[in-house]
Amino acid sequence: MALPGLVLLLVFHYLPLLGNLIAFQEYLPFVPLGRSAWVGLENFAVIFNGDAEFLNALKNTLLITVVQVIFVFPAPIALALLLNSLLSERIKRVVQSVLYLPHFLSWVIVIAIFQQILGGSGLINNFLRSHGMGTIDFLGNPDGFIALLTSQVIWKDTGWGTILFLAALTQIDPGLYEAARVDGASRWRQLWHVTVPGIRALIILLLILRLGDSLTVGFEQIILQQNLVGRPASEVLDTYVYNNGVLAGQWGVSAAVGLVKGLVAVVLVLGANKIAHIFGEAGVYQK
Amino acid sequence: MSTIQRGIDDGPAMSSRVLKTVVLVVCCAFVIIPFIGVIATSIASQEHVTNSGGFVLWPDGLNLDAYKAIFNGGVVQRALLISVVIATGGTLISLAGSTMLAYALSRPGSFGQRPILLIVLFSLLFSPGLIPNYLVVKEFGLLDSLLALILPTAISGFNVIVLRSFFMGIPDSVLDSARIDGAGDFRIFWSIVLPLSKAVLAVVGLFYAVGYWNAFFNAMLYINDTAKWPLQLVLRTYVINNTELSSGDLGGASADQLPPQESIQMAILVVSLVPILIVYPFLQRHFAKGMLTGAVKG
Repeated sequence: MALPGLVLLLVFHYLPLLGNLIAFQEYLPFVPLGRSAWVGLENFAVIFNGDAEFLNALKNTLLITVVQVIFVFPAPIALALLLNSLLSERIKRVVQSVLYLPHFLSWVIVIAIFQQILGGSGLINNFLRSHGMGTIDFLGNPDGFIALLTSQVIWKDTGWGTILFLAALTQIDPGLYEAARVDGASRWRQLWHVTVPGIRALIILLLILRLGDSLTVGFEQIILQQNLVGRPASEVLDTYVYNNGVLAGQWGVSAAVGLVKGLVAVVLVLGANKIAHIFGEAGVYQK
Repeated sequence: MSTIQRGIDDGPAMSSRVLKTVVLVVCCAFVIIPFIGVIATSIASQEHVTNSGGFVLWPDGLNLDAYKAIFNGGVVQRALLISVVIATGGTLISLAGSTMLAYALSRPGSFGQRPILLIVLFSLLFSPGLIPNYLVVKEFGLLDSLLALILPTAISGFNVIVLRSFFMGIPDSVLDSARIDGAGDFRIFWSIVLPLSKAVLAVVGLFYAVGYWNAFFNAMLYINDTAKWPLQLVLRTYVINNTELSSGDLGGASADQLPPQESIQMAILVVSLVPILIVYPFLQRHFAKGMLTGAVKG
């Protein structure tokens, strides 16, 4: 009974895991898989010797992660607090229905929509042009690329991101607010001393998951827009692997970078989890 | 953000209520207005679109020329058909594989249950990487085959776990009584377990279907033959990269009759949006629940 599903998992999930061996080979597309010459750690040289292109991809990846942890991560928390403070359940539901929708759209659609608003002949530039003002290049400006990515992620996923926080907020005992009010706590003090502790465990959990994903930043989103801003500004580790491997044929090197990336990601999740335990929070898993 | 608790508040100040309303209205407008513009541009008249510089926020009437152009037998219509085939075929394959796997895992003591469960759980923790994935698909001769868009993503460990926890809720006594009546494992699965699980099957099926419908990168990676492009790739080429749709791409309509490119582009966008909008009410209700279940169990 388990066989068909198990075979699919093994073939397309575990077999590729073995395929990572080509990171230690000089892979050539016309040589059968597994027959390529072994070259030891040669493919890893770009990492250890600090190849400029690789370092640039690493730098962009980490920069995007930092920016998104600062701007994207808190957005659903703020929105959830706002929604939670609404007195009318009906308004809340209408707003939720609207704001959850973008989550279900593909990146292709989201970027196509952004182009209609921010593109050269998009809504904003049309407006500027018809009012005799200069146009702004939102989509092709390398310096604004991270801001563009960040605004797209916020547009797509902030609404959806509120779900877990809204659920956590309903778990807070209303008696705590009452007690705080009796003690004379202002609304802001109630927020700080009752609400924040009530959702702190969830915030830490999600932050751990996000940090574990530090090296993965919006691959589809970036690859779709890369030709507008050029590779130096937009190359991240995943696009580096794709561009150098699949497109440029450096299979071994790309696989090596991908493998190291995967291993570091596992270490990051385990490490972040450990830190959470030290601070007395639950973390992703229990020992 | 002045009041935190719901219902039991002594009434927030007027100013904070106004502020909250303004913030939420702005948030909703940011999401809704682009959609209105996309639909409006797809149905506005040629002059209106041209005079507005290519994107209108409100149509001047109902003009379906752009839709007629893309449903005239060209690349868009073909891509739509391919996407429908992938989404339905893929969902069926995914559901078949996932439910059977999940059912086998839901009965403690069935053959190999522990190791198989570990294999499923472990698959959630890592991804093997782009290059090895590509090489496996290539070695199996699946490049330029629609199966390359289905089989690699057919089994989602997360969905298997969701199905498994539902199946575990079916009491053993129900299945035992069928077994005493002489039903085999498959018979029990098909005639008892699946009919009892219609709700969760619908949810997981939608999960998979939306995933197949939205998938873009695998198609870009594995499908070079433009005749086999799904809709998302057509969207990228003709809308994002702004490649002009010639009359040949649109089933041979004569060039001077073509509606403006902007309208055609927005019509393609609408066509790819419609299936998501149709299932959205279900998605919203059940996915939110599913996400919470996953979170509680995780």
